[in-house]
Amino acid sequence: MLNKLFKFYGGVKPPSNKTLSNALPIVQAPLPSRLVVPLHQSIGGMPRPVVQAGERVLKGQLIGQADGWLSAAVHAPTSGTVLEVAMHVRPHVSGLDSLCVVIEPDGQDEWIAHGPPDIATMSPADICNYLQQHGVVGLGGAGFPTHGKLTATPAVPMAELIINAAECEPYITCDDLLMRERADDIVRGIAVFRDMLKPQSVIIGVEDNKPEAIAAMRAAVDAQNEAFSVVAVPTLYPAGGAKQLIRVLTGKEVPGSMRSTADMGVQVFNVGTAYAAWRAIGHGEPLISRIVTLTGNVRQAHNVEALIGTPMNELLQLAQPHPDTDGIIMGGPMMGFLVPNESAPIVKTSNCLIAHSERLFPPKAPEMPCIRCGACARACPHELQPFELYWHARAKDFGKTQQYNIFDCIECGCCSFVCPSRIPLVQYFRFAKSEIWAREREKKAADEAKTRFEFKQFREEREKAEKAEKLAKAAAAQAAKKAAEAAAAAAAAGDAPDAPPADKAPDVAVDPAQAAKKAAIEAAMARAKAQREAAQVKNTDDLTPEQAKAMADIEARRQQAGIAEPATTTETKPE
Amino acid sequence: MDILLAIAIMALGAVVLGAALGFASIKFKVEGDPLVEKIEAILPQTQCGQCGYPGCKPYAEAIAKGECDINLCPPGGMEGVQRLADLLGREVKALEAEEKPKQVAIIDENTCIGCTLCIQACPVDAIVGAAKQMHTIIAQQCTGCELCLPPCPVECIHMEVIPETLDNWKWKFPVIEIKSAPHDSAPAKEAA
Repeated sequence: MLNKLFKFYGGVKPPSNKTLSNALPIVQAPLPSRLVVPLHQSIGGMPRPVVQAGERVLKGQLIGQADGWLSAAVHAPTSGTVLEVAMHVRPHVSGLDSLCVVIEPDGQDEWIAHGPPDIATMSPADICNYLQQHGVVGLGGAGFPTHGKLTATPAVPMAELIINAAECEPYITCDDLLMRERADDIVRGIAVFRDMLKPQSVIIGVEDNKPEAIAAMRAAVDAQNEAFSVVAVPTLYPAGGAKQLIRVLTGKEVPGSMRSTADMGVQVFNVGTAYAAWRAIGHGEPLISRIVTLTGNVRQAHNVEALIGTPMNELLQLAQPHPDTDGIIMGGPMMGFLVPNESAPIVKTSNCLIAHSERLFPPKAPEMPCIRCGACARACPHELQPFELYWHARAKDFGKTQQYNIFDCIECGCCSFVCPSRIPLVQYFRFAKSEIWAREREKKAADEAKTRFEFKQFREEREKAEKAEKLAKAAAAQAAKKAAEAAAAAAAAGDAPDAPPADKAPDVAVDPAQAAKKAAIEAAMARAKAQREAAQVKNTDDLTPEQAKAMADIEARRQQAGIAEPATTTETKPE
Repeated sequence: MDILLAIAIMALGAVVLGAALGFASIKFKVEGDPLVEKIEAILPQTQCGQCGYPGCKPYAEAIAKGECDINLCPPGGMEGVQRLADLLGREVKALEAEEKPKQVAIIDENTCIGCTLCIQACPVDAIVGAAKQMHTIIAQQCTGCELCLPPCPVECIHMEVIPETLDNWKWKFPVIEIKSAPHDSAPAKEAA
């Protein structure tokens, strides 16, 4: 089948170095001494650990439960004992720790009971759930949970399902070998994706530097009578970028703002993902191992099938690294990074380990000033202007970098590769991106703090108002009570002394209200007096004369010393 | 006669334009001071009162009125001062207090006597608890303002620097490492 191919803008042709590792077949890596399985291996929520230290686990047993929709489960790669669930170093540029399950293999490699599900009776939602429970994530690099990509956007009919087998990064050959050796399972996995997404056509894009893989895939497609087209795409880095491959195969340009290519009727899966999906659906096996390329400064570069959680330095020993090896690059030389801690484990997205040496990767000459030659802009596959982005990122003018669409940058490294001044452009862009994210987080936290503070103030105001209202009410009630009392007093006064007022004082008799008030005041004073008396100490009532004398003496002394006021003393004097 | 006509035309113009301006001033009236809002957006909203004002908004208002300096906010750091200076066109000044890394308050729950004093002091309601019950801090909502430290009668609250995790890790600004050059191989490389 002949497809018309298109070109994407930019791109570079670094030396591919793939022949180093694609000559030998895939080897099963031996069981390592210890497996450190990070729980957080995919984009999305961090799976919750469901095993405890000391527990025996079987191969394929669930050890991390998916947390939320966008998350994928994690399983024990072999049978053994859980040593601990603790923080261990992750294969990440930062060299920081994350929660890992450490398993000591028992050497028996005993599987948990498993088998293929009855796929005919399963709805698409069931299959998505099944893949999530079996920990299938994108093996191309980002680690996006596969089930999250298997639902088509309802409004847009799925036009093309693209299987990304371009493998454009230099050195890496894991997908190449996977296609050569296990093409049948891959094609079955693609068929599952096809049945779920129902696209009009399925295209498998392979770079034309892998003729054996292309032949193997074509043979498998023909053998299974599928209508998938295997298309050789020109070798040009980064043809394996999702948006670039879509452009090359379909001519469709994905807008920068579009989050999911499904909105355009195109979905892209890595070829390894299709294989992992078939291992889950066709065999009931969760994703517990992957093909890893071991290459670089080694005696015997080849591909191995390694268990997730195998320490990198232990795995690299299989390729017999030369003595001058001084580090391990995870990923390719363009997008990978030198791991800060070589005992970090292999994770689901680790496709390649490159033994680093100064001979192979000579240290970069120092960075020179940007001469605005525009080579980076000609190389950028996303048609960005790296020199402008660099300028603003360096000046920490992050608003401007966003105006120049920094978030469209896929960090492919083409710009750094062509820069004649050897400026680490991608590092600047990564710095700017993470700084923008951090600022957004801070801004969000600040806004939340502000609303909480304002609410607290509002609540305090409200409480104050409520208290004032309560007090006013109480005061009003008191006043009403007093008025009632006074009225009663006045009534009493009006009842009994009808006769006396006449002779007592004709001038006062006029105002009954005033009289009532006076009576109320007197009543209150009487109450207060009674209260005071009740509260008074009453052990001075019956004293012997000696006691009385002693007290009088003391009081006299106190008066002399000026401690007590004469008034109070006289009052307390028992006379 | 002509001059009267000219005066009449000018007067009419003045009346029309005056009416338009008057209408605009009512129709497009700006509520509040937009500058205060802009300043507040820069402030970190810790509500800590370290600037001497009871919260970020009063400080923003004081800055807008020109009553105080722009370098009184330690949680905002030097960067905050810089951004305020850019916004207001004022001179950048060194921060009054020293800059601290972001912190979060931690209550030692064994020592806490449940007096609720810290709950009353917290400006963002980030402490939960009740009288004679243990209190605890909602770490995500704690702004690290330290206002809960002084009221605690048993000194069971302390501040901890927020550790770097994979969630808040950031790429560093690219810097050229200074290394001692290998003396023997350097000329050879130059030649190559």
